[in-house]
Amino acid sequence: MENDNAVRVRGLVKRYPDKVAVDGVDLDIHRGEVFALLGPNGAGKTTTTEILEGYRRADEGEVSVLGTDPANGDRRWRSRLGIVLQTSRDEAESTVLELVSHYAAYYPNPRDPDEVIAAVGLEEKRKTRPRKLSGGQRRRLDVALGVIGNPELLFLDEPTTGFDPEARRQFWTLIENLRTSGTTILLTTHYLDEAEHLADRVGVIADGRMIEIGTPETLGGRGARTARVSWSDADGPHELRTDRPTAEVAALMQRFDGEVPELEVRRPSLEDIYLDLIGKANAADAAVAIEAGAL
Amino acid sequence: MADTKPLPSTLSVGLARTKLEVREFFREKEALIFTFFFPIIFLGIFSAVFGSTDFNGVNAATYFTPGMIASGIFLSSFQSLAISIALERDEGLLKRLRGTPMPPQSYFIGKIGQVLVTSVAQFALLLVIAGLVLGVDIPSEPSKWLDFAWIFILGAASGSVLGIAFSVVPKSGKAASAVITPIVLLLQFMSGVYFVYSSLPAWMRDVASVFPLKWLAQGMRSVFLPDGFQVNEPGGSWQLGTGAIVLTVWLIVGLFLAQRVFRWTRRDAG
Repeated sequence: MENDNAVRVRGLVKRYPDKVAVDGVDLDIHRGEVFALLGPNGAGKTTTTEILEGYRRADEGEVSVLGTDPANGDRRWRSRLGIVLQTSRDEAESTVLELVSHYAAYYPNPRDPDEVIAAVGLEEKRKTRPRKLSGGQRRRLDVALGVIGNPELLFLDEPTTGFDPEARRQFWTLIENLRTSGTTILLTTHYLDEAEHLADRVGVIADGRMIEIGTPETLGGRGARTARVSWSDADGPHELRTDRPTAEVAALMQRFDGEVPELEVRRPSLEDIYLDLIGKANAADAAVAIEAGAL
Repeated sequence: MADTKPLPSTLSVGLARTKLEVREFFREKEALIFTFFFPIIFLGIFSAVFGSTDFNGVNAATYFTPGMIASGIFLSSFQSLAISIALERDEGLLKRLRGTPMPPQSYFIGKIGQVLVTSVAQFALLLVIAGLVLGVDIPSEPSKWLDFAWIFILGAASGSVLGIAFSVVPKSGKAASAVITPIVLLLQFMSGVYFVYSSLPAWMRDVASVFPLKWLAQGMRSVFLPDGFQVNEPGGSWQLGTGAIVLTVWLIVGLFLAQRVFRWTRRDAG
């Protein structure tokens, strides 16, 4: 009874003694797509992911991952998932090749260990123990262990935190290759450029609620994309928002008869839109709090 | 389709875990020194310090060999598992394993397999050094080796399940060694591993009698000390029957506790 969705979530709620971590989240992840879950720390990203991975139980709502409720996930179900946690230790005394080969023994249909090691770019480190690897290389080993079982769905929890730019670029290439091979990927991150670069769709989560889901290009709606044209004249700086920036610039050229001082045309980056969304969520919360007399 | 291929059996994954655990153990210097070589080092020190001092008719090496064998079994099972599992839980290794299709039982097969391999290797090395270097008489009667076999198995099994259960006590991986090593050391002192048991104060012997190590050590003395030596025991006998009962009770208690308290994630993980 599996449909096109690798993940289907309706009305997910998870409460902890001191707070509601996830407060009515709906989510669909299509097969073969890379979905990025974005949000500030404590927004509910990790709790949501851990419920999907079967580590935590939902208090309310419907959850289906590869057609199964994670709370009832068996070994067969787990063999179709790959999980790369935020932090984890390796068996410290085994080499990269020994570890990847060992984890392969857990799965019914594993990939070839040498091939996986090559795919994550650790060929030259096959005989190296994890503690001698750099941060980026260890993360690649984590991914190698996550994909050795040939997963249909791969979870990546903040995979590039602490990376230098070069290591991140390399890591992105690795994820793009996985995606090309048809693996569905759920990525949590707080790097917007990462989501923009890798994800087909992005979900923004704040205070346990899914504020918005869309492609990186459409997130925030059309209004959020309005261009800003700014320039200066004798009265000081000016800025206007417009859907027709080219026409505005042409009009300015007429007015100044040539160069427009400090002319700039900007469209908001994903980061601007994201901060705007998070800001609105916080403002809405504050408004509710004021109404409730909490402030 | 991938779904039609059978999952690897619990036993085959368990054996793969055993291989990995044994490899990890022998490559880690700290575990090797404080768990594997510890009793051997102590036996060497004791026989050097006490030389030919007479212990009710035998020399120091002979008197302390059974205690060191018992101690080795307890270190290789209880101490080794309690510390390594606490670390693996705290650092997220258990959480990662739980996210794979590895059967939970295979993890325990791996741990117990590791205890068996390391404690047998440790015992063999101890025996070779005691027999060849320190001139300790090694028994040859089959009945003594039969006793040895059941005492060894009961001791290692109860130590293992208690170690698995006790791994939840340290609050962090870093604290694991600091919490567990002193407890084990204290038990070793009270159970007569480092002293002549009968020379310990009666109250201390009473406390030690509650715990498995005392019975493990006493059982090993019955195997490795000359016949008639039991007159030097506080009760005047080896009390093998009582020892078997105490160790079995601990094994059952440990099995029950290990199943109840074992967890794959840290306490603060919700």
